[in-house]
Amino acid sequence: MGTIYIDGEAREANDKQNLLHACLSLGLDLPYFCWHPAMGSVGACRQCAVKQFKDENDTRGKLVMACMTPATPNARISIRDPEAVAFRAAIIEGMMLNHPHDCPVCDEGGECHLQDMTVMTGHDYRRTRFPKRTFHDQYLGPFVYHQMNRCIQCYRCVRFYRNYAGGHDLNSFDIRNTVFFGREKDGVLESEFAGNLVEVCPTGVFTDRTLRQHYTRKWDLRMAPSICGHCSLGCNITMGERYGVLRRVVNRFNSEVNGYFLCDRGRYGYEYVNSKERIRDAMLDGKRISGDEAEQQLQTMISGGKRLIGIGSPRASLESNFALQRLVGKENFFAGVALGEWEALTAAVDALRTTPARIASLHDVEESDTVLILGEDVSNSAPRMALSLRQATRQQSFEAAAKLRIPLWMDDAVREVAQDQRSPLFLAATGATRLDDIAAKLYRAAPDDIARLGFAIAHEIHSSAPEVPGLSNEILEAARTIAVVLKSAKHPVVISGTSSRSIPLIQAAANVARALCDSGLRASLSLVAPECNGVGLALMGARPPQEMFDSAKDATVIVLENDLYRRFLRSAVDDLFGSAERTIVLDHLANETTARANLLLPATTIAESDGTLVSSEGRAQRFFQIFPPQPELRESWRWLRDHAWTSLDDVLKAMADEALQLAPVIKAAPQESFRIAGAKVPREPHRYSGRTAKTANISVVEPKPPADPDSALSYTMEGAHVQPPAALQPFFWSPGWNSIQAVNKFQSEIGDALRGGDPGVRLFESSSGGSYFNAIPAPFTPRKSEWLLVPAQHIFGSEELSSHAPGIAELAPDPYLAMNAAGAAKLQLEASSEVEINLGGTAYRLPLQIAPELPDGVAAIPDGLTPARGAELPAWTAIRRAQ
Amino acid sequence: MPEKPLTQHIPADRQALDLRAYESVGGYEGFRKALGGMTPQAMQQVVKDSGLRGRGGAGFPTGMKWSFTPMGADAPHPKYVVANADEMEPGTFKDRLLMEGNPHQLIEGLALAGFAIEADVAFIFIRGEYTLAQERLTRALAEAYEAGFLGKDILKSGYSLEMRLHVSGGRYMCGEETGLLNALEGKRANPRAKPPFPQVSGLWGKPTIVNNVETLSNIPHIVAKGAEWFKGLSHSPDAGTKLYGASGKVKRPGIWELPMSTTIRELLEEHAGGMRDGVRFRGLLPGGASTDFLVEEHLDTPMDFTSVQNAGSRLGTGTMIVLDDQTCPVGMTSNLTAFFAQESCGWCTPCWSGLGWAKQILAAMEEGHGKEGDLDKLSFQSKFWSPGHTFCALAPGAAEPLQSALKFFREDFERHIREQRCPWRA
Repeated sequence: MGTIYIDGEAREANDKQNLLHACLSLGLDLPYFCWHPAMGSVGACRQCAVKQFKDENDTRGKLVMACMTPATPNARISIRDPEAVAFRAAIIEGMMLNHPHDCPVCDEGGECHLQDMTVMTGHDYRRTRFPKRTFHDQYLGPFVYHQMNRCIQCYRCVRFYRNYAGGHDLNSFDIRNTVFFGREKDGVLESEFAGNLVEVCPTGVFTDRTLRQHYTRKWDLRMAPSICGHCSLGCNITMGERYGVLRRVVNRFNSEVNGYFLCDRGRYGYEYVNSKERIRDAMLDGKRISGDEAEQQLQTMISGGKRLIGIGSPRASLESNFALQRLVGKENFFAGVALGEWEALTAAVDALRTTPARIASLHDVEESDTVLILGEDVSNSAPRMALSLRQATRQQSFEAAAKLRIPLWMDDAVREVAQDQRSPLFLAATGATRLDDIAAKLYRAAPDDIARLGFAIAHEIHSSAPEVPGLSNEILEAARTIAVVLKSAKHPVVISGTSSRSIPLIQAAANVARALCDSGLRASLSLVAPECNGVGLALMGARPPQEMFDSAKDATVIVLENDLYRRFLRSAVDDLFGSAERTIVLDHLANETTARANLLLPATTIAESDGTLVSSEGRAQRFFQIFPPQPELRESWRWLRDHAWTSLDDVLKAMADEALQLAPVIKAAPQESFRIAGAKVPREPHRYSGRTAKTANISVVEPKPPADPDSALSYTMEGAHVQPPAALQPFFWSPGWNSIQAVNKFQSEIGDALRGGDPGVRLFESSSGGSYFNAIPAPFTPRKSEWLLVPAQHIFGSEELSSHAPGIAELAPDPYLAMNAAGAAKLQLEASSEVEINLGGTAYRLPLQIAPELPDGVAAIPDGLTPARGAELPAWTAIRRAQ
Repeated sequence: MPEKPLTQHIPADRQALDLRAYESVGGYEGFRKALGGMTPQAMQQVVKDSGLRGRGGAGFPTGMKWSFTPMGADAPHPKYVVANADEMEPGTFKDRLLMEGNPHQLIEGLALAGFAIEADVAFIFIRGEYTLAQERLTRALAEAYEAGFLGKDILKSGYSLEMRLHVSGGRYMCGEETGLLNALEGKRANPRAKPPFPQVSGLWGKPTIVNNVETLSNIPHIVAKGAEWFKGLSHSPDAGTKLYGASGKVKRPGIWELPMSTTIRELLEEHAGGMRDGVRFRGLLPGGASTDFLVEEHLDTPMDFTSVQNAGSRLGTGTMIVLDDQTCPVGMTSNLTAFFAQESCGWCTPCWSGLGWAKQILAAMEEGHGKEGDLDKLSFQSKFWSPGHTFCALAPGAAEPLQSALKFFREDFERHIREQRCPWRA
């Protein structure tokens, strides 16, 4: 830090940053476009010009671009200098020469950074009389809508898409005032981070195509903080609703987790909430009943000493799982997760709770200078992490730039020095991943062989880690190379996960992390899971699934937000329901399991619920109702609640009392009683319109705002307009800052934590106990007439809820079975041949795909996307041409 | 007869000197001398001492530019030297003569520059339209490789240098040194921020020197004959000879190598033979399109970096475009502005937006649609494109003819608006 002088006033500024960053961190309004807190400076738009003076005697000064000028101690600048003010207005005038005056019909209107900056500079009159340049817009897929005429050529889109996210198919074409930002031809944007363009673009060139289907202005949305439910990373999001329809998801900044960006599954998966498949009514044996009747029925069914069996869910909140567990008793509560997955999940949680390594947040991953990924395709199972990993591989180039005294915020200059230089990322995976292009070394093998490589690396790093018997020279050599690089790292991170349902993989990753710590390194470990609350469920504890089928016999089975047909063999689930006394199902989307319910209870989705999810980082994060559910709908925990509980806080307290490791969950967000100046935090922005008119066709009396007994948020516009604790931040909005870039106003230093600390509370940190895992698997041996069938994750389609969003469904792959060409040749099959496999006694047919990356003897099917989805994988199966 | 080291051996028919002919007139002597015993540091010092300033337009001292390159065992490699042969400045055709007439002189100069900074690879980045120069350079490069002046362990000195000819896709921006580097890397020819300077992080992030063709062509002579000799060539402290040119309605448009600081009047009246019959002189752009107009009162200005700057313009490339009284100054300014607007890379707002707007205003004026207030807008824009306001020198260069035309030919602009027509049009 150092002192700089802004308009004569001495202010403290971070001298490792530029003047724009400094001014914004000080809360000053200085307009900008091309600069982005996560992407640094390039000096293109020239909007942030200020006057800089050599010293206190210099009265003339010269204009400099704040974003391109270091905040050197004793720097003297003026934002208010008339020449600087006039220059900034002229920049906007230049942009406005061609910008259409279509704000009233532009989707960006009302939350447009260009509007904000235009107002900020004072430019308000169009002096040109010439026609504007126009473009042809492109079809860019189901998520992003293109309107090039609005472009102001700030280059943020291509910088994000290509440099930051590693995409290729969006580019800048042509020169002068006709630069075109788009694809070579119409087509779906290939990057799974394309949705961020909607927020990265300072105006309406790239807008949310799903929002367009049910458009609402930002100021008309009811908004609340939520957590993405489409993988285990727990990205923070803001959802917006109007008229009972969930309209969109935008990023909610959390410096430890998602920062400024989301993946497209997280941004666009929300549409399942509006699905026609939603269960809107309680049903008793197929007949619609009222919510109150359903409550009575439920009471009758569960009381009177009947034997209850509860089946929990990794996609339901901690509170709902807890309420069920409490209702049926711990001894009758089962994890509704397939055996292999459950074992992997519990192994992962066990590994995380005993590791001496730091549990990596996404921020930690991003700052790691060496990466080892063992067997997990995070680009598909935890996509946002892939974006962090791309940044992690830049660490080495940061050092190179620092040597040349290039400040790290000088983005283009740093990238120029870096060229193809990347920090090492070692990637061991069974199939192709979307990180292959940045891997220093790729190792393709079956999960057991990857685990063996991991165990071997651990041993090479520290001799107290168990040695792997029978290693080939080749793998030993690879392990040694990787070990040497990992040991020379400053902040290495080891990543694996549960997608392969392989305990050895997880334990190998834990061993590497432990060996690094034993060697005195500050290592971190990340183990991801495919679903949003698997870690929470495993922490809570449940009986393993294999005992569930026998226990269900003659019992009342309660299934919580879980389609068992996705997770277990059809025959087994049929038997379970067939043998049960009766079945109660709580869920929000109709599926095969809900079809088996005697009593079906309509549950709310995340958007209509309060609750807590535990991310793979062990971070408990609260999500809040965006809008009150329809009268018949209730949160699952509310349906199942103990009668002593009246609100979420009661559930939380009971949970904390019962499960010590879950006690901190209470602190994930302020309780319902929290008030600012006597008021709750309003979900509706100060410009929310139509409050008195929305229901005027029914009654001219303004309805009483719905009460919210569960949170410190209110369903009104009224409340103190000061920054609430971050966990309660319903939206980012600040006077003069209507776009999402208003987040600047909620950070004490730009890019750092929200004031008061990022939301969420970590349930476990590195531990001093534990020991190396010793269960090293035997080498993978391909079989003569069988293939090891493994699940392949797909960002679009593998996750259950998001696959009900039309855009996600559109991009999901068709079912397939993949193997390498040698395997196909052996079977005399060619691409798209129909093959037949047999799993758990059932035959399935799938078209063949050739995947050159797969090792010999291994075949893959897309997780959750084939008729075989209930079968336990990995499994050995014969593969033959379908007759 | 003053010495003309750069052009004296170019035959009248402008056929290129082949290797044998070049060597017979002293070619590669400087190179042999340098590799035979000079250190790179000594080489840099000679060029520093010679006072050679860049001939591409900016006039930066060449030796000083080289001295910013990291040297020695710890310096990053490969290092690069690049000959900027993307001669795109309107009215400028001096490098073309040097490359067509004496390609080995450039190759030797570039190789010497390479030696001076311990470069590993050299590029000649040549304008796409210069096909004849490309042919001749290609042949000369082959000869130079054949003779062992390029490649591994040159003349058994231990120094190795590969040299490649790169044909530009063609954009004005490719002549800006960092735009050139981006283009050479296969990227958009957008300029880069400085610092870091190319000497530190240039081509592919490695130390790189970019010099103009004429600058480099001087190097062999400086090395062979010494700094003092080079200084003696000039009429002023700006050392050496200069290729001067004239185009426009003069009697003998052309290009001449003359002592630095030859006056505009001498160039115009003696070498170019004065104005064509029936037209009168009104003004000139002394060094290409991106320099301010000079007029009658400036004719005795010596054409060197300092004097032209004191007169309110820039020496630029030293090849002047002459405006006569039968040509509309507004039309000329409009044409130049249209060129710059067309060539803006589209990176920074004052350039891509402002040039496009100025082009529209000037075109409207020429079409008889000028409006009250247009001159204020143009005047504002020309200040808006000042150095430092924009990302690179393109828009400031565009401002020079515009701002000076508004100053010297204001009445002509006003007439366009007043009469709602171009008075030079029938």
